[in-house]
Amino acid sequence: MAKGKVTFNQDICKGCGLCVSVCPTNILAMDEKAINRKGYHPATVVEPENCIGCANCAMMCPDLVITVERM
Amino acid sequence: MAVVFQKTRGLTDVETHYCPGCTHGIIHRLVGEVLEELGVLDEAIGVAPVGCSVLAYNYFNCDMSEAAHGRAPAVATGIKRLLPENVVFTYQGDGDLASIGTAEIVHAAHRSENITTIFVNNAIYGMTGGQMAPTTMIGQRTTTSPYGRDAATTGMPIKISEMLAQVPGATFVERVAVNTPGNVRKAKKAIKRAFELQLAGKGFGIIEVLSTCPTNWGLDPVKALRWLEDNLMVYYPLGNFRDYQEVENA
Repeated sequence: MAKGKVTFNQDICKGCGLCVSVCPTNILAMDEKAINRKGYHPATVVEPENCIGCANCAMMCPDLVITVERM
Repeated sequence: MAVVFQKTRGLTDVETHYCPGCTHGIIHRLVGEVLEELGVLDEAIGVAPVGCSVLAYNYFNCDMSEAAHGRAPAVATGIKRLLPENVVFTYQGDGDLASIGTAEIVHAAHRSENITTIFVNNAIYGMTGGQMAPTTMIGQRTTTSPYGRDAATTGMPIKISEMLAQVPGATFVERVAVNTPGNVRKAKKAIKRAFELQLAGKGFGIIEVLSTCPTNWGLDPVKALRWLEDNLMVYYPLGNFRDYQEVENA
């Protein structure tokens, strides 16, 4: 059961990958199959069930892409 | 489910022009969050510099002004003296504050103007294409130091926080970094403290934020964070250099 939930506003993601690099549970990845309207591969959550809601990803996102919820 | 992190009201919905992975976005967010949490968004007036953050007035959700290169502390001085009830801050890069604007920042601190300065140090001129700044590291390659910065001809990188900590009028001086989630949280605390001191009328505060420039450093955003830690944080140690103390000033 997930303790947290992350939501990505993928339209404004610049694909920098800082969120992926700081996730302690390694549940984030760049979506190599998608290209957003800015022309980047946006970040996405691949194992939502393992999110602990720590908000590390949101702390490091320079573009305010991420919303974090916690149980 | 409770929302524990969402976009602050302190920033507008305008998407920034910053390069992918540039930590300006993080620092903008911290300032916006602090202004929102202190409930002073409606009273805040920011002064934007010349440099990458020249367009900061599009992103902060408060009143903003623009200043000539390096002159933000002078403009902020005028605004604060005319409107002492407002919260006034400058947001300046190292090419702006540590080079052409050195006189303005030293004298604003010396006069202990009751303003807050956010000083973003990424050791390079970003907007103009990656030229050497006074803060550039020894050996760092830039477009104007293609063989690496040489101390014999350009001196050592300037340590603004250590320098301003010697100025009697500087009330609050702290250096922070935004390379890890933990350091981002610490940076926010320092920014908040400086704004609280301004609200209490205690005088000049500056927060030096070690930041990255992936594009001009020639590194991807994640490697740029490592480079910051391995190089900038070694020469520019983090920490508080000066803080207001009731006893000292009683």
